[in-house]
Amino acid sequence: MTANPALLLILGAAGVPLLRGLPRRALMAAVPVAGLVLLWALPEGAASGLQFLGLELTPVRVDALSRVFATGFLIAALLTMVYAMHLRDTLQQAMILVYAAAAVGGTLAGDLVTLFVLWELAGLSSAFLIWAGRNERSHRAATRYLAVQLLSGLLMLAGIVLRVRSGAGLEFGHLGVDAPGGALILAAIGIKCAFPLLHSWLTDTYPEATIVGAVALSAFTTKFAVYTLARGFAGTEMLVWIGIVMAVFPIFYAVIENDLRRVLAYSMINQLGFMVVGVGIGGALGINGASAHAVADMVFKGLLFMSVGAVMLRTGTANGSDLGGLYKSMPQTAALCMVGAASISAFPLFSGFATKSLIMEAVGQEQLTVAWLLLLFASAGVFHHAGIKIPYFAFFAHDRGYRVAEAPLNMRAAMAMAAVVCVAIGVAPSLLYGMLPYAVDYVPYTTAHVINQLQLLLLAALAFTVLVRTGLYPPELRSVNIDADYVYRRALPQSWRALSWAADAVRGRVGPVLRRRGGELWEITTGPLRPGSRVARPWSTHLMVWWTALLLGAMLLLAFL
Amino acid sequence: MNDDDDRRWLDEPRNVTRIVYGLAVLCALTFAADLFYTKHPHFAVEEWFGFHAVYGFVGAFALVIVAKVLRRVLRRDEDYYERGRDDG
Repeated sequence: MTANPALLLILGAAGVPLLRGLPRRALMAAVPVAGLVLLWALPEGAASGLQFLGLELTPVRVDALSRVFATGFLIAALLTMVYAMHLRDTLQQAMILVYAAAAVGGTLAGDLVTLFVLWELAGLSSAFLIWAGRNERSHRAATRYLAVQLLSGLLMLAGIVLRVRSGAGLEFGHLGVDAPGGALILAAIGIKCAFPLLHSWLTDTYPEATIVGAVALSAFTTKFAVYTLARGFAGTEMLVWIGIVMAVFPIFYAVIENDLRRVLAYSMINQLGFMVVGVGIGGALGINGASAHAVADMVFKGLLFMSVGAVMLRTGTANGSDLGGLYKSMPQTAALCMVGAASISAFPLFSGFATKSLIMEAVGQEQLTVAWLLLLFASAGVFHHAGIKIPYFAFFAHDRGYRVAEAPLNMRAAMAMAAVVCVAIGVAPSLLYGMLPYAVDYVPYTTAHVINQLQLLLLAALAFTVLVRTGLYPPELRSVNIDADYVYRRALPQSWRALSWAADAVRGRVGPVLRRRGGELWEITTGPLRPGSRVARPWSTHLMVWWTALLLGAMLLLAFL
Repeated sequence: MNDDDDRRWLDEPRNVTRIVYGLAVLCALTFAADLFYTKHPHFAVEEWFGFHAVYGFVGAFALVIVAKVLRRVLRRDEDYYERGRDDG
């Protein structure tokens, strides 16, 4: 069997708990780098297959699409490992490597069975990053998270089985919604990709993960789903509209959400929306846009989660209502956070500008006016809540009097590396464009594009300023906002409780009556058979002879008929 | 806590106002920049003078106002999902 970067990461994960101190940190950093080297050393095309239980498997297939996603995952793995170096909790460090291995292996999988196994491994390993909080709340959140991930895996398995039974084979190429099992596989991806109404596991559980865990979660699961979507469902028109809903609705939640990590989770759905639109449009530009934006998002969303995580480590909270003024104590974290904010907002010279515009250009070329206007609104919105709100409420706004230490050195190093990647992609987009699945014939830096983007963003910033200065801006309040998770966290448990209460009440009311009536009925029907009743009395011999003769006669008659 | 030691440039309300004015000037400049280049738009609306600027301002403003109204419907206490757990 050929070399596989995912196997390398899993071997590295096995080594993490065995080492301590400097060797462990060296291993944590070296494994993703070795994975990158191995990935780029692999030749394009499918490696020789593997027979397993009579199935023809292709564990490693390298092409431009899988390579660009796998590269992004390995870079994200490196950043997360550096960010996690200060931990003494080897469980988290090892699980992040396993989780990254699942994402990398999944993008390299050439057949659906390998994909399914790694799809499940990604769900299982990442649940540990929520459990690692080791308290009641994180335990409950992890259980909810795992239930959703397993449901997604089950749907995918069912879809694969239908597909194989129809004779379409195991190869993982374009699937399509109309093919047998296609709808089930799309639903499985839809869960992990946070399609509207299937999204709430993400905003519900990511903010409950550990500080390091949230950074890892932000990079892998959802972008793995985007890859699967791009491979299997490119050009599915329905996805354009699903993506637009994803890009638009979360920004309203993000404005009123208090937990800054939950704000980031909502803004992640918004960014995924852009990628899903790109996949829905399909073609060279759409798939290029989705892939490029996915890779950029792994890094800038990771950077934002890292900076909020650093704040949380030092202050113990990520609530906007409790934070503010931290630029005095954590100036470096604040500056790095703003690089992430500028990148997600697609400011010129930052990564989002170079990647999101590919998707906008695809929408423009397709002449989808309504879609374009809504995505432009979502772009202004993302600047508003992720670009301004996160840095503003964490590091500026009202000084809450926190005088804390800067983030640990390894955290700052990880954030600085992520910031360098963000700026590098923004300044020299060809670095990323060169890796994309199709040749790129698009220039992001034109006068019109730069000016239009600055107009959009600066005026959105002005709107924020006006709203804050006039007091119209909704204050950060300690609260939760109900979302689709209401269904399974509140409505379903409550209806179940109501149902069992009702069943109990009904039993209390109807039970005794039924029992009494049943007893009476029993008495009546069994009465003639009881001792002393007419049937049970001893019968005289001549009566018995009469009955026997009668029965035999009847039998004789029947036989003759 | 010794607050006087830790006063920064940004703690002065006057300086914050300066930043706000600076932002307003930048906005005016980008708005006026529409005079000086030719557009190659995909859509007719992009031809309008200062379209992106107006759209960005109105969009962001509307976003916050709508979200504020939505909050009245969506907001619950912080322990909303934890309540009634003891029996479970």
